[in-house]
Amino acid sequence: MTRVVVVGAGPAGLAAAEAALRAGAEVTVLDQSDAPGGQYHRTLYGARQQGFERLLARCDWWPESTVWALETTAAGNAGAADRAAGESAAGDAATGDTGAGDLAAAARAAGDAGGGDLVVADPATGVRGVGDAGAGDAAAAAPGAGGRGTGLRLHVLRGPADGTGRTRHTLEPDALVLATGAHDRTLPFPGWQLPGVFTAGAAQALAKGERVAVGRRVLVAGAGPFLLPVAASLLGVGAEVAAVLEANPAPTVLKGWRFPTRKAGELAHYAATLARHRVPYHLGRTLVEARGDERVREAVTARVRPDWSVIPGTERTFAVDAVCVGHGFTPQPELAVVAGCVLDGGFVRTNKDQRTSVGNIYAAGEITGIGGADAARAEGAVAGCVAAGGTPSPELLRERDRTRRFADRLKAAHPIGAAWPGWLRDDTIVCRCEETTYGEIKAAVADPTTPGPHALKLGTRAGLGPCQGRMCGPTVAELCGGTERHHRPIAQPIRLGELADPKETPA
Amino acid sequence: MIEITVDGERVPGIEGQTVAGVLLAAGRMSWRTTRSGAPRGVFCGIGACFDCVLTVNGVPDVRACRRRAADGDEVRTQSRQEKA
Repeated sequence: MTRVVVVGAGPAGLAAAEAALRAGAEVTVLDQSDAPGGQYHRTLYGARQQGFERLLARCDWWPESTVWALETTAAGNAGAADRAAGESAAGDAATGDTGAGDLAAAARAAGDAGGGDLVVADPATGVRGVGDAGAGDAAAAAPGAGGRGTGLRLHVLRGPADGTGRTRHTLEPDALVLATGAHDRTLPFPGWQLPGVFTAGAAQALAKGERVAVGRRVLVAGAGPFLLPVAASLLGVGAEVAAVLEANPAPTVLKGWRFPTRKAGELAHYAATLARHRVPYHLGRTLVEARGDERVREAVTARVRPDWSVIPGTERTFAVDAVCVGHGFTPQPELAVVAGCVLDGGFVRTNKDQRTSVGNIYAAGEITGIGGADAARAEGAVAGCVAAGGTPSPELLRERDRTRRFADRLKAAHPIGAAWPGWLRDDTIVCRCEETTYGEIKAAVADPTTPGPHALKLGTRAGLGPCQGRMCGPTVAELCGGTERHHRPIAQPIRLGELADPKETPA
Repeated sequence: MIEITVDGERVPGIEGQTVAGVLLAAGRMSWRTTRSGAPRGVFCGIGACFDCVLTVNGVPDVRACRRRAADGDEVRTQSRQEKA
């Protein structure tokens, strides 16, 4: 029986699991959360989602699971990689800012470093055999042997988020479906590091999952239809929404939304909710600064041209205690990247069967393009079906193509205006973790001794903090005039003590 | 209802809330300081930005937005210089 592992239990992953089961596979579903549904189906703790429960009862369901490394042990590179594994792979793993020459040795020496730093590991170079280098590789390197070890091995930690003493497991599926989703993209602006500035997704997650309002009076700004449900959720948990601002002008937005779509009804519903609460919705206006001492007290907005350049003299100040900002979404392709999957503009490249460029690995949902839950479900169903050895129906493929076209129109309706850096100042923080400023980035770009993104990163530390460029990566790339290097070597952080302890928990 | 302590102070919460949710609901907006001493709290809310890390039961660098609060959890705010 084909063993399919699905990473991510959002709309794409759950659809993939369902389709793979139907096609006769044995399915394991992993998610970092303790409940299925992803961000889209986030619910209050303990709320039962019968459909998901029935589905997952037929799978191996691994909640609270973090895939921290993914090895590809395919025949092509197995020999060389295995020979090198003992000496250099662990050393290569220390990319980023650890500077450790031999991460594995360092980790072992650290002994029980449960209270220590979260450390990095580079699955791309194969953290195989950390603690027992080489052991077990031989079996994995033999493709197809007994139907096992066909070239993929996932290293998984199970237990409470960022805890110690999580259990350690490996999985060796015949096929892997990556459905790891996306998180908000937020462009920097003066004051965005202040407490009280949230991503739109943060406000949504706290409202939907915990009935917590991020502020009493909140301004919602950015680009994209997601701002509307966020505002509605805030109203639903008792917050006052000062305004919702879409930076793109009406003609741009309408161009994308004039096609008939089921989504238009959803939008109308949200618009009615805002109207009922007398929340102003402005197009062509955006948040350009958050002000406050230790937290947000004021939000400065301004009218912007279609390219998002600020129209001087149109500034307006709102008294608020929180702002929620979202400028679209950034995919979370880390596992696909470490597996060597080809990306297009940051998204995982897939063919009509949702296959990535790497054998046995499929991708679905927001990591292949931002399209929302319908697109994610359709792609997931195709991916799960094919991963299990099935053939998707023509109807399903048509549905997938339809949702993909919707995603393209969405992108056209809510682009990021090229002139947004105009609202940055030299002292505006760009990399939140390392507090690298716009001025420092500009100076580094102009400096001939820091040529290219790698030197620039080392010179300014942008992207080298705990989030590893998840927040600032696309922004830094854009400010440097280059394409983003999506090589974020850390899929998920793992503690030194966990890395040092090679013991796997018996299945 | 559950109760956690934050730097020794008792803070009530609701079963199932994350540590971040408990703190925000109690009116706390920040609980970490950066290298420069700037305050930080929740930003992304889903575990991507690592802005909200704090120490839970002696274990540092726990993302408050990802960790469910448990009754009796002892939470400490942290700064980046703290762990030498």
